[in-house]
Amino acid sequence: MNPENLALNVAMPVLGVSLVMAFARLVRGPNLVDRVVAVDLIGTLSIGIAGVYAVATHQAVFLDVAVILAMLLFLGTIAFAYFIERRTER
Amino acid sequence: MREIAASILIVLGTTLMFLASLGILRMPDVFMRLSATAKATTLGVAFTMAGAAVFLNEIGVSSRSAAIVLFICLTTPVAGHMIARAAYNSGAPLWKGTMVDELRGRYDRRHHRLESHPAAPTLPPAESGEAVPPEFPGNSEDAPSHPGPA
Repeated sequence: MNPENLALNVAMPVLGVSLVMAFARLVRGPNLVDRVVAVDLIGTLSIGIAGVYAVATHQAVFLDVAVILAMLLFLGTIAFAYFIERRTER
Repeated sequence: MREIAASILIVLGTTLMFLASLGILRMPDVFMRLSATAKATTLGVAFTMAGAAVFLNEIGVSSRSAAIVLFICLTTPVAGHMIARAAYNSGAPLWKGTMVDELRGRYDRRHHRLESHPAAPTLPPAESGEAVPPEFPGNSEDAPSHPGPA
């Protein structure tokens, strides 16, 4: 089994199941912080999906998507944490 | 040979990311969920990107995946720390089996000050094992005022 087939037939379904599990925590999460952690995990999983898809299609362009996703994810998480902390101070 | 190495790396990374989402689904506590996801996803993304770099084998791909791994390794601990701090300060409940909460009674959530000794003047008498220091006086309004020295 060459890596393209492996990425498309094994890695992608596993990552899809992982996305569903993280989304379940996003829906269920009893707290706002749980939901922020779930959003963070979903973003990181999509970085992994971009990398796996770059392998599956021989397109290096998807790694650019992963770079942009990593940067936006960090900024979003920091902003969420900052505003949660400020909201509890008032 | 290169393809085998890339396959192993991709499978390792995917497994780690699956374990991370298993952790976020099954762990009982915000802090445990954070602990499970932050470390596992860092390694998972690193392995996946290493697999992509080994498989595609171009200098552009390698440098981009190295940049992604470096960025993730730098930012994930910072983001996890900030989320955990926000969770603790917003009063997220700890798991009921938590043994040690070292900030309990020592951290002023309102003014973000850390005291080296418990803030209440008297500790409750240690009858059953370990004495639990009381909550910091200014943190919760409904807590009873701390008992003075009798």
